Amino acid sequence: MIKLLYFAWLRSKIGLAEEELALPPGIRDVAGLIAHLQTRGGGYADALSNLAVVKVAVNQEYVPFSHPVVPGDEVALFPPVTGG
Amino acid sequence: MAVRVQQADFDIGAELTALTQGNPGIGGVCCFTGLVRDLHPQAGEQAGTVRALTLEHYPGMTERQLAAIEAEARARWPLEACLIIHRYGRMEPGEKIVLVACASAHREAAFDACRFLMDWLKSKAPFWKLEETGRGTRWVDSRHSDEEAARRWDQPAG
Repeated sequence: MIKLLYFAWLRSKIGLAEEELALPPGIRDVAGLIAHLQTRGGGYADALSNLAVVKVAVNQEYVPFSHPVVPGDEVALFPPVTGG
Repeated sequence: MAVRVQQADFDIGAELTALTQGNPGIGGVCCFTGLVRDLHPQAGEQAGTVRALTLEHYPGMTERQLAAIEAEARARWPLEACLIIHRYGRMEPGEKIVLVACASAHREAAFDACRFLMDWLKSKAPFWKLEETGRGTRWVDSRHSDEEAARRWDQPAG
């Protein structure tokens, strides 16, 4: 299982703040995971329609889409940050 | 050497006093405070457009990122003390959002480290602003200029 977290407008579009996911076979990296989530359609497809504005953290560190994803990981998807 | 993520407001004077107390080697403190603004002047908005702001964050990652940014500042400049406070939750115009304070023997390090911390914080700390206006709520877009500001620190100082 992996833990998925969504923040800001990704959270509102998907309609969930977090969920657990059994990593489907063949998915090894963030890009594969996002492609899988897009196939769920609805809010997922909408939230993930423009990946230029989607940032990813695995285990609370920023990573590129090529970063591996393995069971036990905490994967967060969120828009570019606007704090400060 | 402190990072705090909190909902509550803070007292700048009390924080700066506590930061420098007991260290007479400190020659100066540079402090930046970010406030909730009620408009986006560059978008031609009228005063009062933004009625409130809600800061969402990623608990756990926020603290880790702020601690890493603070450690980076301490590695680059000779700081005697350093403090980052960032609030989350709902705030109204005029309220304080963030405080960065850097203390050093001389002003250059304090000024530079304070600016570095704010630039990095704006581009790396996982916070998102949701604004309330008379026409509903809207997520604030990230600004390209903030990423540019952070990028100028990519080369280590000195």
